[in-house]
Amino acid sequence: MTEQNELSQVLVAALGDAVIEVTGFRGEVTLIVPRERVLEVLSHLRDVQQFDMLADETCVDYYPREPRFGILYQLYSIKRNLRVRVKVMLSEYDASVPSAVSIYRNANWLEREVYDLFGINFEGHPDQRRILLPPDWEGHPLRKEVPVTVEENAFSFNRERIDAEKPYATE
Amino acid sequence: MVAEPPIRIEDSPLNTVKTEDVQLDITFDQLKKLVSPRALTGETMLLNMGPQHPSTHGVLRLLLELDGETVLNCIPDIGYLHTGIEKTAEGKTYLKAIPLTDRTDYLAPMSNNLAYCGAVEKLVGIDVPIRAQYLRVILMELTRMNSHLVWLGTHALDIGAMSVFLYCMREREMILDIYEAVSGARMMSSYIRPGGLWRDVPNQFGALVQRILDVFPGRVLEYEKLLKENPMWKDRTVGVGKISAEDAIAWGMTGPCLRGSGVNYDVRKAQPYSSYEHFDFTVPLGSNGDVYDRYRCRLEEFPQSLKIIKQAMDKLPGGPVITDDRKVAPPPKHEIAYSMESLIHHFKLWTEGFRAPEGEVYFAVESGKGEYGVLLSGDGSPKPRRVHFRAPSFHNLQPLGPMSQGALLADIVAIIGSVDIVLGDVDR
Repeated sequence: MTEQNELSQVLVAALGDAVIEVTGFRGEVTLIVPRERVLEVLSHLRDVQQFDMLADETCVDYYPREPRFGILYQLYSIKRNLRVRVKVMLSEYDASVPSAVSIYRNANWLEREVYDLFGINFEGHPDQRRILLPPDWEGHPLRKEVPVTVEENAFSFNRERIDAEKPYATE
Repeated sequence: MVAEPPIRIEDSPLNTVKTEDVQLDITFDQLKKLVSPRALTGETMLLNMGPQHPSTHGVLRLLLELDGETVLNCIPDIGYLHTGIEKTAEGKTYLKAIPLTDRTDYLAPMSNNLAYCGAVEKLVGIDVPIRAQYLRVILMELTRMNSHLVWLGTHALDIGAMSVFLYCMREREMILDIYEAVSGARMMSSYIRPGGLWRDVPNQFGALVQRILDVFPGRVLEYEKLLKENPMWKDRTVGVGKISAEDAIAWGMTGPCLRGSGVNYDVRKAQPYSSYEHFDFTVPLGSNGDVYDRYRCRLEEFPQSLKIIKQAMDKLPGGPVITDDRKVAPPPKHEIAYSMESLIHHFKLWTEGFRAPEGEVYFAVESGKGEYGVLLSGDGSPKPRRVHFRAPSFHNLQPLGPMSQGALLADIVAIIGSVDIVLGDVDR
């Protein structure tokens, strides 16, 4: 716990007003930063604080809260053996964030995945297209408005027969 | 079943499909950014490889730009095995999502179970009894060996050494026997639960593990004899698919792929979980970052895993294997017969599940392929708000393009084999 407090104090002192809030939960430090300054924070963390690996980047849908989407950057420093998480909150009506590909190369696929499943736009992403779902898929299935239980059949060669024999399949 | 009338070829519905109706999965503008300008004039060749290709280890599809036999660009296309596990987990209680985790990296089910259960334990704040922790370590190391055996067999098969595959499958059988003895299932075990294990290991567990400890060191020597100094094997692997330490870190590679480049990062050592700090073992490191060094790193991990298993078996303490916190772990079956409270706990657990607090945690384990992390977001209800699997295969596959630039077409197969991907893990 003391290590966690130390880390958050150091980071807050270094980053100043670029950090809106620091939260600690279960020994993990999360920095909440505004969208405009996320690249500045990430490059500081990589170059000065030695967080050299982007372990993970993903999105959480906090529906029905507003701002609704949280983009989480899970960073790890091999030299210092520390983890820190950076979080950017995005509004549903302006779900767009600068791409981190210029800072962490592996953000490329991770951001494509978030774009694919949540529909977040990454400004300046070199190759933003769907990665897991087919290119003609409609919608972004990990958003909360998509129900978990029913899945529309994406394609079929015998849809008429399925409809005729298994009416419950489309219900 | 209704009998279908036969279709005459001239009446086939496929005849009406026109070439312009076929939807490409990438637009021309997107393609232009990924390949060199020479591909657009037809000077170099664009070649599709997969998704139904035996050496892509599942359903990986590659778009290759070739100049003769030299690879100029390699663009992986994934998602053919996407099953929406993360979304499905949002609709299940914390307990009921465990069988889903088996199916991500299906060659290392126990590692995935532990990563998920570890995240749940961290989020809810559950303590795990020491016997369960030691048994988890034994199972983790067996899983690592299982994962490496399938990797070694298929990797060697891809490059042309057929007999290694048969040897590896023979030894894997012993590990699957242990899975079956403890969990009842040979692959999709779901044995590790939040708070401990499903049940204690059966009586024959000790003998089954001892058989592996006795037999395996000799078998590892057999693999070494087959491949280590084999000139054909070295021709195909030394200096192929190189990646430097800086690049490997920047691409987020972990596990033997990262250690093959000489970076000393192993979650078991860096941030020990499940009492790994109680065991004495070393982490093998490579130096060149090529296919051969990644192969050496994994082979050197076999004796280390055996060493950990031996220590854990010698020191294996007695006691319960699951927490006695009845809010997260089900009561023993015999208690239900006479204790009203146990009956209520049992009923609540299997219908509503337990509630986790609001907040996010990230928990990582070192699986056979690298750092397997679970990012879990709880919202105070019995179901998670978001589960994200940080799949090592996904991160290790991403630099395939840069790694294979300038390689020969036949080397692509060696490089894919050496990063050890499981497409269930990549696509989730």
